[in-house]
Amino acid sequence: MLEADNLECVRGERRLFAGLGFRLEAGELLYLQGRNGSGKTSLLRMLIGLLPPEAGEIRWKGESIKALADEFRADLCYLGHLNAIKEELTPLENLLAAARLADEALSEDDALDALEQVGLAGREDLACKYLSQGQKRRVALARLVKEKRPLWILDEPFVALDLAAVDWLAGIISAHLQRGGLAVMTTHQLVDIPAGTVRELRLS
Amino acid sequence: MAVVGRDLKLAMRRQADIVSALFFFVIVVSLFPLGIGPEPDLLRKLAPGVLWVAALLATMLSLPRLFADDYRDGTLEQLALAPHPLGLIVTGKVIAHWLVSGLPLALIAPVLGVQFDLSADALLVLTGAILIGTPALSGIGAIGAALTLGLRGGGVLLSLLVLPLYIPVLIFGAGAVDATVTGLGGEGHLSLLAALTSASLGFAPWASAAALKIALE
Repeated sequence: MLEADNLECVRGERRLFAGLGFRLEAGELLYLQGRNGSGKTSLLRMLIGLLPPEAGEIRWKGESIKALADEFRADLCYLGHLNAIKEELTPLENLLAAARLADEALSEDDALDALEQVGLAGREDLACKYLSQGQKRRVALARLVKEKRPLWILDEPFVALDLAAVDWLAGIISAHLQRGGLAVMTTHQLVDIPAGTVRELRLS
Repeated sequence: MAVVGRDLKLAMRRQADIVSALFFFVIVVSLFPLGIGPEPDLLRKLAPGVLWVAALLATMLSLPRLFADDYRDGTLEQLALAPHPLGLIVTGKVIAHWLVSGLPLALIAPVLGVQFDLSADALLVLTGAILIGTPALSGIGAIGAALTLGLRGGGVLLSLLVLPLYIPVLIFGAGAVDATVTGLGGEGHLSLLAALTSASLGFAPWASAAALKIALE
C-alpha cells in the first residue's frame, strides 16, 4: 500500500539519509527509530507530502502521492509533535472544527464520546488554554478515536502522556491495524503494540 | 466554509484584536481634524486620503497574525493536509479576515467622515469604496503574511512588502471620494476598485498558498 523508494533528504547543507526505501502493507506498523536529528520527522513530513524529497518517490496504492494529491490526503491522518489545537476553543469545539476542516463527518455525540475515552469528561467546555500539557495532547489524540482513514502517520504520539494513556493509545493503534489500517510512527520509548506485523526502520 | 466559521469563532473569542485595530483607525482619523483646526475646505480635501491611509494601516495591524497563530500551533499543517486545495482554504481565511477587519472599518468610516464635513453623497461613496476596496487589502496582505511567516522581525518586512502593493487601492479608493466631493462622480473609480478586488481575491490566495507550502517545508 505505502511504498517509499530510494528517498533522499537534504536539510540545509547536510544529507540526512539517502537510498531509503520500505514497503508497508495493510495492517502493518512501521516504527521509525534514530537519534535526535537523524531525520525521523523529515521522513514523516515527506510521507505526508509537505516536504518534497530530494530524490526518490513515495507511492500510495501504487500511485505517486504527488499525483494523487487530494485523494491521498483524504486517506491520511497526521498527528505532528504540535497538537494543532486552538487555545481559545474548548476541546469539543477543537475536535469538531478539526473534523470539519478535514471533511469528516463527526457528530457531537461521537466527539463527546471520544473526549470521554481520552479522560476529558467534564472538561469539554473548558477553553484549552486552561488544560495541562498532557491534557492538550489528549485532545489532539482524541481525533484518533473515531478516525477511519487507512493511513496514520504519528510523530512522537506518546510524548507527555501518563502510563494509562500510553496503554490506551497503544490499544487504539492496534485496533486501527486490526481493521486493516497502516501506521507509521516515531518514538523514543518502545511501546508494546499488539499487532500483526511490526517493522522497524533505524535511521543513522 | 468551515475555515471561515472557525476563524470567526476564534476572532470572537479574541475580540481585543478587532477592537484595537478599529480604535487605531478611529484615533488616527480623529487626530487630523484636531491637528489641522476647523477649516472645512481643507478638511474636506484631506478627508479621502486620511481615511484611506488610516484604513490601510489599520488593516496592516492584524495581518501578521493571519497565519502566524495557525503556524505556531500546528493547525496550518492540518489545513495543508485537508483534502482541499490550499488556495481555497486561504480564500476562506481571507474572507474571515475581511469580515473582522475590513467590514468594521467600512461601517464606522461614515461616522468619522462627519468630522471632515463630508456631504452625505461623499459619505455614501466613502463607505462603498471602503467596502469594495478592503477585500483587496486582505487578499494582497495574505501574500505578504504568508511570505514573512516564521521570519524574525517579519512585521516590518511585511509592511515593506505589502504597503507598496496597496497603492492602487489607495489611489482609486481615495479618488472615488475625491471625485464625489468635486462633483465628478466616483463610479469610474469604484468600478476600478471592484476590478482590483476581484483580481486580487482570485489570484492572491493561490500565491499565498504557494508561499505557505514553502514555509511548511
